[in-house]
Amino acid sequence: MEWSWQRIPGEYLVTGVRLIGGGKVSARPGFLHVKKGRLEAIGEGRPTLAGLPELAADGLFCAPGFVDTHVHFREPGQEEKETVATGSRAAAAGGFTAVVTMPNTDPAIDNAGMVRYVSDRGREAGLCRVLPAGAISVGRQGETMAELGAMVEAGAVAFTDDGSPVQNGRLMASALQYARLLGVPIMSHAEDLTIVAGGCMHGGYWSMRLGLSAMPRAGEDAAVFRDIELARATGGHLHVAHVSTRGAVEIIRRAKADGVRVTAEATPHHFSLDHGRCRDYSPLFKMNPPLRESEDVAAVADGLADGTLDCIATDHAPHTDTEKELQFDQAPFGVIGLETAFAAGVTYLVRGGKLDLGRLVQCLTERPAAVLGLPLGKLEEGGDADFVLLDPEREWVVTRETLRSRSRNSSFLGETLKGRVLATFLRGRLTWHADDPSVVR
Amino acid sequence: MSFIEKAVIMNQDEVTRAIKRMAHEVLEANNGTSDLVILGIQRRGVPLAGLLQEAIKGVEKVSVPSGAIDITFYRDDLSKLGPSPRVATTEMPLDVTDKVVILVDDVLYTGRTVRAALDVIMDWGRPRAIQLAVLVDRGHRELPIRPDYVGKNVPTSQKEVIKVKVMEYDGKQEVVVGEVQGG
Amino acid sequence: MSLKRKDVLGLEDMAAEEILLVLDIASQFRAVFDRPVRSVPIMRGRTVVNFFHESSTRTRISFELAEKRLSADIVNFSVATSSFTKGETLRDTAENLQAMKIDMLVVRHKSSGSAQYLARVLKCPVINAGDGCHEHPTQGLLDIMTMRQRLGDLRGKRVTIIGDIAHSRVARSNIWGLGKLGAEVTVCGPPTMVPANVARLGVKVEYDLKRAVAKADVLNILRIQLERGAGSGFPGNREYHRMYGVTEDVVRTLKPEAFIMHPGPMNRNVEIASEVADGPRQVILDQVANGVAVRMALIYLLSGGDPGALAPGEAA
Repeated sequence: MEWSWQRIPGEYLVTGVRLIGGGKVSARPGFLHVKKGRLEAIGEGRPTLAGLPELAADGLFCAPGFVDTHVHFREPGQEEKETVATGSRAAAAGGFTAVVTMPNTDPAIDNAGMVRYVSDRGREAGLCRVLPAGAISVGRQGETMAELGAMVEAGAVAFTDDGSPVQNGRLMASALQYARLLGVPIMSHAEDLTIVAGGCMHGGYWSMRLGLSAMPRAGEDAAVFRDIELARATGGHLHVAHVSTRGAVEIIRRAKADGVRVTAEATPHHFSLDHGRCRDYSPLFKMNPPLRESEDVAAVADGLADGTLDCIATDHAPHTDTEKELQFDQAPFGVIGLETAFAAGVTYLVRGGKLDLGRLVQCLTERPAAVLGLPLGKLEEGGDADFVLLDPEREWVVTRETLRSRSRNSSFLGETLKGRVLATFLRGRLTWHADDPSVVR
Repeated sequence: MSFIEKAVIMNQDEVTRAIKRMAHEVLEANNGTSDLVILGIQRRGVPLAGLLQEAIKGVEKVSVPSGAIDITFYRDDLSKLGPSPRVATTEMPLDVTDKVVILVDDVLYTGRTVRAALDVIMDWGRPRAIQLAVLVDRGHRELPIRPDYVGKNVPTSQKEVIKVKVMEYDGKQEVVVGEVQGG
Repeated sequence: MSLKRKDVLGLEDMAAEEILLVLDIASQFRAVFDRPVRSVPIMRGRTVVNFFHESSTRTRISFELAEKRLSADIVNFSVATSSFTKGETLRDTAENLQAMKIDMLVVRHKSSGSAQYLARVLKCPVINAGDGCHEHPTQGLLDIMTMRQRLGDLRGKRVTIIGDIAHSRVARSNIWGLGKLGAEVTVCGPPTMVPANVARLGVKVEYDLKRAVAKADVLNILRIQLERGAGSGFPGNREYHRMYGVTEDVVRTLKPEAFIMHPGPMNRNVEIASEVADGPRQVILDQVANGVAVRMALIYLLSGGDPGALAPGEAA
């Protein structure tokens, strides 16, 4: 039977693909057999079955659907930037089949009802698994611990006050201790506000030259150090969000060697771009933590390569054009990243010689799934058919038109990147088709 | 763009003679040198003013004060040509109030340069009179301005260019007519 | 050589020849100040807008005077007197100005990079009158003009800038401009105000005041910007004065012909002792006069349509 992108059948074969899993790329082409949203069979060579619709994807690579531990979908409260639905669309276009949404919405996701609200919106959109993270403290005020247990029951997969750090060390310690009971990680937005106070870009040569207020590395390093010591003391699972400094990578590396329960993530912009990008005062390069120096960029990439940093997370942070047209020091922090994550990985890590394709995919699949302790990020017989078709050789120019997010604040606008997610499937259903996005409604 | 010379219309001697004649006319019209000030318009009006001053001295044995006027900041064609990166100095030898200014330029054409020069002088003081001396009057006036002393009247077409050469800048003293070719 | 640019946003991207051209023309304008009529009609019918998004008396008056002496029509608006409020984007402001068909914009803004932004959005020339902690090119030019009037060619001349280098747009414009003209610049202040990476701008960093000024031909003393929160960089005015204040004692150690500059307004007995501020070494009023001339020169050189089609010198 003919394959049709318009009407994905309930049972079909994907053939001719090089399978990626376990950090490796299969030497020979293989196939997937998808039936009712599950992987019926997976293997090398040709399938023995005949008569099923067949997606012949010769020359392409097939990987598990990507998992992102860190996105901002802005709903409720800032729907002009993004909604769960538009964010899901961007996720699918980036190859993601599961994302962890941050709780810094308005109001914050700090109770079971709000967790269910976000999950429900994700299910309605139906383009990826939307896994809410709850706030550590009530209203993200950094004072009273929120009802973490009730939120876990409602589906929260992690806790964080992301966007703001938990300045109160005792609250952070309690959260780590308490979350241990619940089996979920505490994500740390590691920033010592008394050091960073009021800064808008990395503190270094460029901030000095441009006359912009500085966010010194020490603000991140000190906070990471504190949280790791709290994790060591409590035995709780600490997940360090968006690691950007060489110092933080080193602190995490030592902690892991000591057996501290710490995991960490890095964003595509932090492994690819340095603070020199701010030279024209474009707020498209303003984020928190900020773009740092080339040695930090290299340290982050090395951290991903040697496993010190567990996974790639986008910190997808949509903002409207109006906000990003403010002056650099007045514009909000953050850039979108879901749709360019894989390409940035291929362009800067694989071509940069830091990681091979198999390891890059691992950083986007198994490893973030392991951070969350969820059965995602793998292609297994009997498991859900969440997978992507990749062309690591295809070059594309990132333009406003190519982006599906409601906001267009990408640091990579105008850049030619290598590596494209050609199609994304969630439970066997098509959620993204790069060559004809209109087939997904 | 290149300037193609077509003919020499005044040679060195002719220029010298014309200036001597103009010196006599100036003295005649003003009954001598009292209250006279000679001001040349930058750039080629300035050496010509010097020559006129010398010629007057040759007759009267009096050195009339002389100076230079730069009209750059008084031009009326800023929007057409943009600012000129070459600005020369205005040098006023004394307060021109109640003096008789002999304004000297090389070529009188549209009259706009003289118009600007008159404004410059007015901003420096209030002379009793201003008289205009030019080496060549080529016609095509756009403003109601006429010279008091003329070295030579040269009827021209608007395509033509009159070039006055002076020792200071050109190493020779003559007047040529030519055309600008190319663009 | 001409000024083939639309805007003047900083001295960082200006060539030495461009700087010298501006100073040349500025010295012609200074001659105008000595006449009975201190203005020229060259900018008649042109509208210059002074957009001051941060309060400034001296710079604004200097620009206004420069514009008036060029016979331009002037529109002033500042945050205090306009409806521009926090949240309105600079883009909105720019588009409004564009629609009103202005001929030139002079902008002072508290955000670094705002002049760059306006220059990108606006078709008319933009002059940066100070953006945040970034650049203040007209101040840099007038400082350089004042130095050249006394020292001539600045190649090999030693300039010491004292103060809060990290937060000073005056320092940055001085550093870029002086560097291009071959001067040797030393910066001096406590490490909280002079981070070590300032050396990467091509200057010498010296934390000891006496050593910093020993060989200097010029001292350029910056105003301590208490209002900018730089206060946290030093314990207080008294201690700053004790360690980095230019006093008579310091002046006595200078080379005999060395002179002293200050961009104003001065904090007397903080960065500069009163006796020094009023003493024979300072050239502060020259700086003020040169400021008007430099601004006239820039406004003149940036006016006039298509910057690509500048007239050859002979056209004058």
